[in-house]
Amino acid sequence: MKNKKAFSNIYLVIIFIILYAPIFYLMFYSFNSGETMHGFKGFTLDWYKEVFQDTRLIIIVINTIIIALLSAAISTILGVAGALAISYVRRRQTKNTLLTLNNVLIVSPDVIIGASFLILFTIVGIKLGFTSVLLSHIAFSVPIVVIMVLPKLQEMSSSLIDAARDLGASQWQVLTKVILPFITPGIFAGFFMALTYSLDDFSVTFFVTGNGFSTLSVEIYSRARQGISLSINALSTLIFLFTIILVIGYYFINQRNNRPNGTGVKK
Amino acid sequence: MKSLTRFFIIIFVVSFALLFLVSRLNATQGLSGGNTLTIYNWGDYIDPTLIKKFEKETGIKVIYQTFDSNEAMMTKIDQGGTTFDVAVPSEYAVDKMKKDHMLIPIDKAKLPNLKYIDPHFMNLSFDPNNKYSIPYFWGTVGLVYNSSMLGGKKLTSWNDLWDKDLRNKILLVDGAREVMGMGLNSLHYSLNDTNEAHLQQAQRKLATLTPNIKAIVGDEIKMLLANEEAAVGVVWSGDAAEIMDENDKLDYVVPKEGSNLWFDNMVIPKTAKNIDGAHKFINFMLDPKNAAKNAEYVGYSTPNKKAMEYLPKEVANDKRFYPDLNKTENLEVYKNLGKKMLAHYNELFLEFKMHHK
Amino acid sequence: MRSRTRNIYLIPYVLWIVLFVVAPIVLIVYYSFFDIEGHFTLGNYRHFFTVVYMRMTLSSFWYALLITVFCLLISYPTAYFLTKTKHKQLWLLLIILPTWINLLLKAYAFIGIFGTYGTANSLLKFLGIGAKQILFTDFSFIFVSVYIFIPFMILPIFNSLEELNPSLVDASRDLGASAWTRFKRVIFPLTIDGVKSGCQAVFIPALSLFMITRLIAGNRVITLGTAIEEHFLVTQDWGMGATIAVFLIILMAIIMAVTGLRKRGI
Repeated sequence: MKNKKAFSNIYLVIIFIILYAPIFYLMFYSFNSGETMHGFKGFTLDWYKEVFQDTRLIIIVINTIIIALLSAAISTILGVAGALAISYVRRRQTKNTLLTLNNVLIVSPDVIIGASFLILFTIVGIKLGFTSVLLSHIAFSVPIVVIMVLPKLQEMSSSLIDAARDLGASQWQVLTKVILPFITPGIFAGFFMALTYSLDDFSVTFFVTGNGFSTLSVEIYSRARQGISLSINALSTLIFLFTIILVIGYYFINQRNNRPNGTGVKK
Repeated sequence: MKSLTRFFIIIFVVSFALLFLVSRLNATQGLSGGNTLTIYNWGDYIDPTLIKKFEKETGIKVIYQTFDSNEAMMTKIDQGGTTFDVAVPSEYAVDKMKKDHMLIPIDKAKLPNLKYIDPHFMNLSFDPNNKYSIPYFWGTVGLVYNSSMLGGKKLTSWNDLWDKDLRNKILLVDGAREVMGMGLNSLHYSLNDTNEAHLQQAQRKLATLTPNIKAIVGDEIKMLLANEEAAVGVVWSGDAAEIMDENDKLDYVVPKEGSNLWFDNMVIPKTAKNIDGAHKFINFMLDPKNAAKNAEYVGYSTPNKKAMEYLPKEVANDKRFYPDLNKTENLEVYKNLGKKMLAHYNELFLEFKMHHK
Repeated sequence: MRSRTRNIYLIPYVLWIVLFVVAPIVLIVYYSFFDIEGHFTLGNYRHFFTVVYMRMTLSSFWYALLITVFCLLISYPTAYFLTKTKHKQLWLLLIILPTWINLLLKAYAFIGIFGTYGTANSLLKFLGIGAKQILFTDFSFIFVSVYIFIPFMILPIFNSLEELNPSLVDASRDLGASAWTRFKRVIFPLTIDGVKSGCQAVFIPALSLFMITRLIAGNRVITLGTAIEEHFLVTQDWGMGATIAVFLIILMAIIMAVTGLRKRGI
């Protein structure tokens, strides 16, 4: 039993090391007085200074965060509706068709999504900028939310719903007190996946943005031709540290407030 | 359910707080004003202090956007979603945009500084009489190589690449015209050649090069060569200058069989709103002192003859990046070969990539 | 049944599907019938069935399969061990976190790590194995691709494992099942939905990988994504690009049907 624990811990540690290796590499070189991620020349905080002086970059970062948060939130709501919709459909055919359609955006290369959305927005007459980027991000995040939430819905035994209804629960109560709490892990998973998709996206955003609105990915890719300056490393380090603090902080606050989660209906 | 709603409420509150913050920041930048100029340029392709200088001198607020490829830029301008006042396409893109009626003719009367451009760079095939474009930066395509990794060998021609000693030592840029052009040049054909027999010949010759090629990469080629991942790279001269800054063991040469002469140019798209401002900006960039400053920051070769007097002597006299313009007959500008031929070039390049395994 | 009222959920969802899925698909299929000069043609489809594209399709398929399998092999144990830790939600979030750093930056970091003079080779030299070429090989390509997709595979499997009723596992142990049998007959089958979701979330995008094929594999690996990006961006041959996309979609539909929801009580 003890060996198993040790083995599992070692395994996890290795996984984490591999996952974070490139991140630490980036962070390490953000302090490099040289110009590239090769050959550490000396320690400096110049790149960090540069980040704070570049107002345009800061605006871009904030825009990126706003888009990520809003698109993730809205697409999660839409995605949950979608997962519910699919699970309630009776006929096998319709179900599979809906699922296939759902996954089309995941399989499509970003360029195609970007190009077709651009055409769509032009036809409809939506001005390019914040709105078009937000709509696009919501659009391509919905499928992944559905994929994350659906298995949980399938796991849920229908007797839970029947029992609730027998006890006199209304439609709304069944939803909010039985179904949603049960699938909450899936919802959070979907939310964070949507957040990831949004933060990382370049191609789609590039095609549908305009009027001076830009996200961090677009800015970074645009700089690639000239060589990405280490101020981007510094920026990424800052964002990363901030996110870690946020995540750990939120988690421990939650721990203190909530009781441990069981497998079943929340009170 | 409670934690769910709480979570989402937090998300929305934070988002709107940030939205507010951004609108305040934008206001401090003066971006929500009237007199603006929207510039669409390659990433990191201008000295940011010059933008500030321009804003101060003219009172015009600059909205700056970047792109990473000509094609993406053309698609964006074509769709018309954003109105760009100035864009900086490469020469073949200028030709294409011209044919697709995407450009406004430039009023030379508004550009007194135009006289400083070296006449060698004016009136080129892609834009006769510079009706639509003004040169911004220029360069060549050539070989950057690390002599010490090749046992002291010096390279001078495309055909040197096929040498057996260079097995797995070459990096190529991911560009169909560059690679096909290299193949054609090595056979002493023009890199604008459309003769099918010649193209097939070039294709076959390139296939024999594959054992020497380590990888076909994009912008990261600079990092790779500076880190000595490979001994030889086929790159644009501007990239070469940067790499050589990083690693002084590297040298750059334009192969003697011939090569590509490229230009990045300032144009005014058809959908421009601030045409007057656009001209002011172009004239500003043509000012020799500004052009020199820009050249120093970006590292590419400036077409501005007077600006060269303001550059450090070693830079202006470096024949590798400022070759003698009277001796450049075998340097060709890419002609717009038309959609079909371009597609054909890309197909051949794709086959070449698949061969390479 | 009361299915009429339940279908309210269908309204926003179907609206989204029509606008952002059906419309673009229609556009793509429409474009696939036009050649580069705007003439109606079936030539693109004919062109797809040539050696170059067939090899590309097989190559994409093969690499996507490898990536998915390796991802699964690594992610399943990780998810399993995670469920046994104390602060599992925290560790889970920490696993997702690296994905929020820009992909290009991570790729550049990998170039540095896997480079000839990079960290990995320094380690190999230290261990006495000596420097090897890691970059631009199949190994590094699959390694980095798996790296990118791990969180997408871990999450659904983790969720499935969490839902697993532990008394089922205990019961099987009581009945004398070995660890392997417990896994094969109880744990794995009950978590198969999570595995399927994970595989779909990994295999399907892996078919159209394009940035990594260039940055890490140096274009030694060509996927359908490479061709599509080229056609859309460089050649501006939207017709051919759309045609390849159509086949990607068909391939996806087939895979979904094959690994589809054959289970009871969906």
